[in-house]
Amino acid sequence: MADKLRAQQQLEALQARYVGTGHPDTTKFEWTSNIQRDSYASYVGHPPLLSYMAVGMGECREKVRAKFIESMIQPVGKPPEVQE
Amino acid sequence: MSDSDFDTIRKLQADRNAASAGKKGSKTFDPSSQRTDASTKASLTENFDTALYGRDGGDKFAGYNTSIAVAEDDDAEMEGVDNTRRLVNTYTASTSQINEFSRGAGVEEEDILLGREKSARIGDRETDYQKRRHDRVLTPTRADAFNQSNGAAEGGTYREIMAQRELEREEQRVKRLIEEKAANGEVVHHQPTLTQEGSGSPSDKENRENSAAESAPTGRKRKQRWDVGSESSTEVAASDSKVKRSRWDQTPAVGGAIVDETPRRRSRWDQAPAATPIGNQGLVTPMHPSQSGGPVMPTAFGTDVSGRNAPLSDEELDMMLPSEGYKILDPPPGYAPIRVFSAKMMQTPVQTASFTMQDPDSGRALGKQLPTEIPGVGDLQFFKTEDMAYFGKLTDGSDENAMSVEELKERKIMRLLLKVKNGTPPMRKTALRQLTDNARQFGAGPLFNQILPLLMEKTLEDQERHLLVKVIDRVLYKLDELVRPYVHKILVVIEPLLIDQDYYARVEGREIISNLSKAAGLAHMISTMRPDIDHVDEYVRNTTARAFAVVASALGIPAMLPFLRAVCRSKKSWMARHTGCKIIQQIPILMGCAVLPHLKGLVDCIGGNLNDEQTKVRTVTSLAIAALAEAANPYGIESFDEILNPLWTGARKQRGKGLAGFLKAVGYIIPLMDEEYANYYTSQIMEILLREFQSPDEEMKKVVLKVVSQCASTEGVTAGYLKEQVLDDFFKSFWVRRMAMDKRNYRQVVETTVDLGQKVGVGEIVERIVNNLKDESESYRKMTVETIEKVIASLGAADISERLEERLIDGILHSFQEQSVEDIIMLNGFGTVVNALGTRCKPYLPQIVSTILWRLNNKSATVRQQAADLISRIAMVMKQCGEDALMGKLGVVLYEYLGEEYPEVLGSILGALRSIVTVVGISQMQPPIKDLLPRLTPILRNRHEKVQENTIDLVGRIADRGPESVNAREWMRICFELLDMLKAHKKGIRRAANNTFGFIAKAIGPQDVLATLLNNLRVQERQSRVCTAVAIGIVAETCAPFTVLPALMNEYRVPELNVQNGVLKSLSFLFEYIGEMAKDYVYAVTPLLEDALIDRDQVHRQTAASVVKHVALGVVGLGCEDAMLHLLNLLYPNLFETSPHVIDRIIEAIDAIRMAVGPGLTMNYVWAGLFHPARKVRQPYWTLHNACYVGAADSMVPYYPNLEDEKMDRPELAIIV
Repeated sequence: MADKLRAQQQLEALQARYVGTGHPDTTKFEWTSNIQRDSYASYVGHPPLLSYMAVGMGECREKVRAKFIESMIQPVGKPPEVQE
Repeated sequence: MSDSDFDTIRKLQADRNAASAGKKGSKTFDPSSQRTDASTKASLTENFDTALYGRDGGDKFAGYNTSIAVAEDDDAEMEGVDNTRRLVNTYTASTSQINEFSRGAGVEEEDILLGREKSARIGDRETDYQKRRHDRVLTPTRADAFNQSNGAAEGGTYREIMAQRELEREEQRVKRLIEEKAANGEVVHHQPTLTQEGSGSPSDKENRENSAAESAPTGRKRKQRWDVGSESSTEVAASDSKVKRSRWDQTPAVGGAIVDETPRRRSRWDQAPAATPIGNQGLVTPMHPSQSGGPVMPTAFGTDVSGRNAPLSDEELDMMLPSEGYKILDPPPGYAPIRVFSAKMMQTPVQTASFTMQDPDSGRALGKQLPTEIPGVGDLQFFKTEDMAYFGKLTDGSDENAMSVEELKERKIMRLLLKVKNGTPPMRKTALRQLTDNARQFGAGPLFNQILPLLMEKTLEDQERHLLVKVIDRVLYKLDELVRPYVHKILVVIEPLLIDQDYYARVEGREIISNLSKAAGLAHMISTMRPDIDHVDEYVRNTTARAFAVVASALGIPAMLPFLRAVCRSKKSWMARHTGCKIIQQIPILMGCAVLPHLKGLVDCIGGNLNDEQTKVRTVTSLAIAALAEAANPYGIESFDEILNPLWTGARKQRGKGLAGFLKAVGYIIPLMDEEYANYYTSQIMEILLREFQSPDEEMKKVVLKVVSQCASTEGVTAGYLKEQVLDDFFKSFWVRRMAMDKRNYRQVVETTVDLGQKVGVGEIVERIVNNLKDESESYRKMTVETIEKVIASLGAADISERLEERLIDGILHSFQEQSVEDIIMLNGFGTVVNALGTRCKPYLPQIVSTILWRLNNKSATVRQQAADLISRIAMVMKQCGEDALMGKLGVVLYEYLGEEYPEVLGSILGALRSIVTVVGISQMQPPIKDLLPRLTPILRNRHEKVQENTIDLVGRIADRGPESVNAREWMRICFELLDMLKAHKKGIRRAANNTFGFIAKAIGPQDVLATLLNNLRVQERQSRVCTAVAIGIVAETCAPFTVLPALMNEYRVPELNVQNGVLKSLSFLFEYIGEMAKDYVYAVTPLLEDALIDRDQVHRQTAASVVKHVALGVVGLGCEDAMLHLLNLLYPNLFETSPHVIDRIIEAIDAIRMAVGPGLTMNYVWAGLFHPARKVRQPYWTLHNACYVGAADSMVPYYPNLEDEKMDRPELAIIV
């Protein structure tokens, strides 16, 4: 009981700091959203990678960056309907 | 100092050593066996050994006089021997015992009275003031004004409580008036309101009862119990009638005589039959066994002449009683004399049985009357008599099926509380959880009605209180706003915790009150506590103020401010103002610098009260300001602007206790000011301070000292000013012998002087007090030494002139030699002064060393210990002064003292030797290491911690710096001794022992050491094995792993769990220590790890996992990925272990492998289980995922699986230019 409580608290603390961490009840939607957001953040965060992708997409670097940042909003579409 | 001194001292000790060498059980070193004779047992073989072979070199008769004395009285004149004739001179205590009795060996038994102070009972160590908590009663439940549904119906409203308080105040006022009058001599004697009539005054309860029962036929007036007794004794003769009996004939009857004993009313004297436990019929207590079986007759018939053997006859009565004026009455109707004749004859119960041994079990049987087993509770840890009052209900054995729900609930709570209070830890835990979980079902009323009386119990112990408070805390959370009606009751029991001596009790109390205020809300707290603010009892006001401060810290100061402002300006009662200021004083004490944002508001609240007409209010206001300023330091001076003027004018006007408070406030405000102001105000206040220097009041002295030290440490106050204005007066009034007597004054004076010293410099201070070092009062000398030590330690000795230096050393030597009780302060003072002077000490060193030398030779152990300690302190300076020769001589003397019997002293001597070795170096050491070390080997066996620590340090140093000076055999011997050290309690000792293994292995090669260590893996104790494992790791690190690994891995073949585990543990330490070197050994140990990882034993796998972890972390980026992946495959199935230790190690190992092979490969294992249908599977997989995500989120990006069907498309990754 006490252990469970502590584990719960630790997990909460962890998730407050790292949004991408999960738990047994994480849905696929949450997980994939996080993956996408992390990926975009990673592309934007490594300038050489961003330049490379910009060249490949034939766009200007800043536009690609803006596009990546924008697509972090609902990266895998709308959340699934909650079934009652 | 001449060499002869050294020689004398050395020789003296050598003689002592020789003298004690022959004795059995002496600790003196025996050069022939290199062992001290530590065993006190007689050796069976020694007789043969020594008789046949003799001891090599030793003359058996050395020390004896081999010729018969010529003069017979040669030995009669021995000095120091008691020549008086004793009858029992053969049986005397040994000298050591006698010495111990006379001054104690430092291990005196504790004072039994001291033990009482520490008793677990809270009531026993409470001060009278704290005991006043028992005067408070649990007030009736209050109404919850915020609960509309059943609000006012169930308890007293605010208005009612206030009216009641008003009544109490009035009562108190009248009482005081009466007291005053009484003191003035106008005593009004109480007139009885009822006239005396019938039999006795109405106040005489005893007689009232009697008169009622007797229907007063005699017409006799009886006002005293004595009459009652005499009357009933005349009734003895008459039998078969009914009487009221006085308490004198209540001695219970026994046996058959009482079968038809007259029914009688019990007077209150009946209530304590336990005092004479006899008679089992009609009485509560059981009869004493010796009394049972027939009526008890006088022990010997006819011998007891004091008793009568027949009733008084009528003739006899006629003779005894006057015949005139009296008349014989007929017995009244319904009169029945008592039948228990024997009771009259028996004064006290007589023990018929002769002496019997107390059955040792009977005491326990007596205690057993208190059940440890309560139905439905289980076995308790204890059950006190007092508990019976609360929990007795549980033992009455009534039928639970017939009870109402409320009763059942009550019993349930009772049972749970009993489990929490008296149960074993596991019981406690479950009971506490049940109480918490069901708190709302039970309801606040039933819970608190049982918990709170328990907390008021006088015999409560710390542990019980802690547990009950914990229950309240947990229950509070659950009940939330339901507690409101009980807030005051809870406060009554919790507030005393706020003034407990125990820090943790205070913290607990604060926590409860803050939770309570969060649950009940500010408005309710205020309305509940408001009536107590001007309570007549000072104790109640004080605790309420503290509780209010806690409420303020819990709910925020701003919320409380309006209320506080109103209270502090109360026109109606000065007590309210006093309490208000007290609340504000407590807030900064609780919250510290967190008051800063609200400082202005708080100061405004109490500012006006500086001019209050009540002295008490003024004082507490100034104290509150002092507390606020202390908490605000060094900020917030602007908040105090308003009150500076009243404060300063007030300080001029006040006298006595009021002044102390004002000065304190000023003292705390001055440090907040900027330089100019501080300077100005200091000079203003200094006049008053200087005047108060002479004050005889202790409290004032303390405050003055504090203010002086604060003023002195303020920026704006210059050294020049202090020197001119303050120092002379200060030293005149405070540096007097009287100040050294009281502990608190002593400390204050030292602190203040040191603070002054920070400004005016070392020279100034030392110059003034150095003469005190030769004062005749020891505590005064001590105070001087402590001050000098502190000043010099913080400022150095550069400021001390040559002349002063001479006086200083001279004085300190003098006071060092003159101490009657060896004190650490003297030692520290001496050490600090010598170290600060450094090379300037050279001229004095011979003198110092000579002092040390003679003190080393002292009979008292503590003196020797202190001398040895001093050597360790000044060894560095001696080296700086180039006194190597002197140190060599000291070393030789210390060497002689290694036979020291007192472990504390021995430890200090070893420490001194160590510091000498450290400064002179191994090669220059006198005595040479090859002599010294063998002498240390037996000392390693000493079990005393201080000795162990110092020896192992010394031996380790030698092993590190000069291992070649001793041969390998000796080192091996030391290795064996060291193994025992691995069991030491102190971590430092174990660590030193482990390091020494490393040094020794380096010196003599790892083979022998390793063999010793591997053998030690077989021992039983876990700690020893663990330490051995560490030592193997260290040896491997110092001598390269390839020298150790083969033997170690070979040892794994031993089919013994402990050994294999030990090997794995050693491997774990080994790989931890060697780090990157591991890459050469990975493939060598992999098969072993394979085996360990698939072992059935959990611990095996756990330890193997920790080896894997250290290996993997060592080989990150060194191209051993294949091996790591192999190990990962073996590790992975362990993921579902549940034991916390095992699973932690496994996860750590997997994480470490992730470091070695990268997240891509490791995560391939993880993806599969993240969304497994079974939660048990998902759990550990997500744990792994989270660990990886926290560690390497960015590098996971390229490795996420393709999840097109989840609409997760990452086309950007497919771009190729």
